[in-house]
Amino acid sequence: METGQFLQYLVSGLTMGSIYALVGLGFTIIFTVTGIINFAQGEFVMLGGMLSYILFTSFGLPSGLAILLSVVAAALVGIMLYLLGIRTARKASAVSLVVITIGASIFIRGVAGQIWTRDPVRPPYFSGSESLSFAGAYIQPQVLWIMGTALVAMIVLHVFFSYTMLGKALKACAISRAAAGLVGIDARAMALIAFALAAALGAIAGSVMAPHTTVSYESGVMLGLKGFVAAAIGGFKSHTLAFFGGLLVGLIESLTVAANWGPFQSEYADAVALIALLIILLIRSRRLSTEERAS
Amino acid sequence: MKAILRNKWSYLAFGALLILLAIVPFTPRLDDYTMLMTFIAINTMVTVGLCLLMGYTGQVSLGQTAFYGIGAYVSAILSKTYGVNPWLAMLIAAAATGVFAYVIGFPIFRLRGNYLAMATLGLVLVVYVLFRELGEYTGGPDGMAGIPYLSIGGLAFKSRLAKYFLVWFFCLAILLVSQNIIRSRTGRALRAIHGSEPAAESVGIDLSRYKIKIFVLSAVYASIAGSLFVHTLRSVNPQPFGFMASVMIVTMAVVGGLASIWGALFGTAVVRILSNEVLLRFGGLDIIIYGVILMIVMILVPQGLFVGLRDTYERWRLKRTRKGAVT
Repeated sequence: METGQFLQYLVSGLTMGSIYALVGLGFTIIFTVTGIINFAQGEFVMLGGMLSYILFTSFGLPSGLAILLSVVAAALVGIMLYLLGIRTARKASAVSLVVITIGASIFIRGVAGQIWTRDPVRPPYFSGSESLSFAGAYIQPQVLWIMGTALVAMIVLHVFFSYTMLGKALKACAISRAAAGLVGIDARAMALIAFALAAALGAIAGSVMAPHTTVSYESGVMLGLKGFVAAAIGGFKSHTLAFFGGLLVGLIESLTVAANWGPFQSEYADAVALIALLIILLIRSRRLSTEERAS
Repeated sequence: MKAILRNKWSYLAFGALLILLAIVPFTPRLDDYTMLMTFIAINTMVTVGLCLLMGYTGQVSLGQTAFYGIGAYVSAILSKTYGVNPWLAMLIAAAATGVFAYVIGFPIFRLRGNYLAMATLGLVLVVYVLFRELGEYTGGPDGMAGIPYLSIGGLAFKSRLAKYFLVWFFCLAILLVSQNIIRSRTGRALRAIHGSEPAAESVGIDLSRYKIKIFVLSAVYASIAGSLFVHTLRSVNPQPFGFMASVMIVTMAVVGGLASIWGALFGTAVVRILSNEVLLRFGGLDIIIYGVILMIVMILVPQGLFVGLRDTYERWRLKRTRKGAVT
C-alpha cells in the first residue's frame, strides 16, 4: 500500500476515533460522579447533530449560534433525565438505574423519530470543504475540527477534574459519596452538573461530527456503543484513557478496512475492533480486579 | 417459615400457570394469543437463565442473545443444509453452545461488573456480525427459510397448537429445573457469591467454578430457546440476535424482577404483551410510550414488578400476623 493511501486510512481512523473518544468522555463524566452507566449518551450526540442542523436550515440561525443553542438544549435534556429519571428513583439498584437510562434513550430516539425523517442530514462544514493535501493524503478541514475538539475536551476535562475546586468536588463524589457529604459537598448537585456536562459534551460531539459523517435520529445507537467501548478501556474512570481508547477503536476499525485480507475485511471491522478490545480487557483483567478490590 | 411460604408460593404460581396455559388455546377470543404465548415461552427460557446469572449470582451478562443466536443458527444450518434430524440438531446446538460458553467462561469471568457487561456485549456484537457476514452458511442479512419442523414418529409440530404445547413443555421444564437449582446446594452457593465474593470464597466456595457452571447452564437454556424459535418459525435472520435484542432481554428480566425466576416469566410476558399487543394501537408512538413505561416501572418498583408485588404481600402478611399476636 502506498504511504498516501495508508495515511488516508490513518486519518479516517483517527477522525472516527476522536468522535468515539468524545462519546466515551461523556460516559466517563457521569460514571465517575454517579456510578451510573448512561445508555442515553449516544442520544445526546444525536440531539446535538440534529438540532444544530434544524436550527441552521429551518430557523436560519448562524451556524455558531445554532450549535450553541443545541448544546444548551441537550444539556437541558440531560438535566431533565437526571431530575425526572435518576433522582426520583431513590431505592433503585445500579441495574435498575441503567434500565432507566435505556428507557430514556428509547424515549428520546422515539420522539426524534416522530419529528424527523429517517434520512441522514448534513449541516454545512465549519470552514469550507476544500481538502488540504498532506503527503499524498487528503484531509478535510472538518476532520481537524473533530480531532481538535476531542483533544481540547480531553485536556480541559483533565485540568477541570484535577485542578479546579468544582472538578475536585465532583471527583470526591466518585471516591466516596458519604465522605464527600461530610465535607459539605452536595452529591446531588454534583450529579446534576455531571449529567448536564456529559449531555453538553455529547451535543458538542454531535454538532462537530455531523458535517463530516451526517446524522439521523438513529445515529445514537452505534455511537453510544463505540463510546461505551472507549470508556470501558479507560475503566469508566480515566478521561485520558477513554480518549486514547476512542482513538484505538477508530484506528482498529479503519486499519481493518485498509488491510482487507482474510478475517480483516471491512464487513468485519466492528467485530475485529471488539475482539481486539476483549483481548485488551482480558490482559488488563488482573489489574482491573485488584483496582476494584482496592476501591 | 419463610422457606415454606416461598414453597407454597411456587406451587401456587406453577398451578396457576398450568391452568392458564390449558385455558388460553381453547377459549374463543383468547386463542388469538396462542402465538404470542408461544413467543413468551421462548423468550422466558432466555430470561430465566439471565435471572439465575444476574439475580442470583450477581454476574451481569448482556450476552444471552449470542447463545440464543448460536442455538438458532446451528439448529437451522444442521437441519436444513445438512439434513440432520431436527431433534439431533437441537441437541448438538445445545451441546455446542454449552462447550462454547464453557471455553469463553474462563477468560470472561476474570472480569467483573462493568467490564463483564462490556465483554458479554462484545460477544453479542461479534456473533451478530458473523451471522450477517458468513452468508455462505447463514444466508447473510436475509437469513434462511424452509427450516424443517420438529416431529415425533412422523407427526410434525406444524399446527399453532402443537407448537404452543411443544414450546411450553420445554419452558416449564426449564422453570422447574431452575427452581430446583435455586433450592439446592448450588443455589445457596450462588446467593453467597452474590452477597459477597470474598466471604463466599472464605467458606470454600469455588467462585469461578460456580460462575462458569451457571453461565453454561444459562447458555444452554438460550440455545434451546433459539432452536425452538427456528423450528417453530421455520425461518431465521440476524435481526433478533443483535444489540437491541440483547438489551430487550435484559429489560424483560429486570422489569419482572431479577430476584425470582417467576419474575423472569412475568416480566417477559408483560414486555411482550405491551410491545406486541397494547402499544401497536398507538401507531408510531409505541416506542415512546414503551420508553416511558420502562422508566416509570424502574422508578416506582426498582426491584421489578413481580418481586415488588411479592414483597408487598409478604410485608402485609407479616404486619397482620404481628397485629394478631399483640391483641
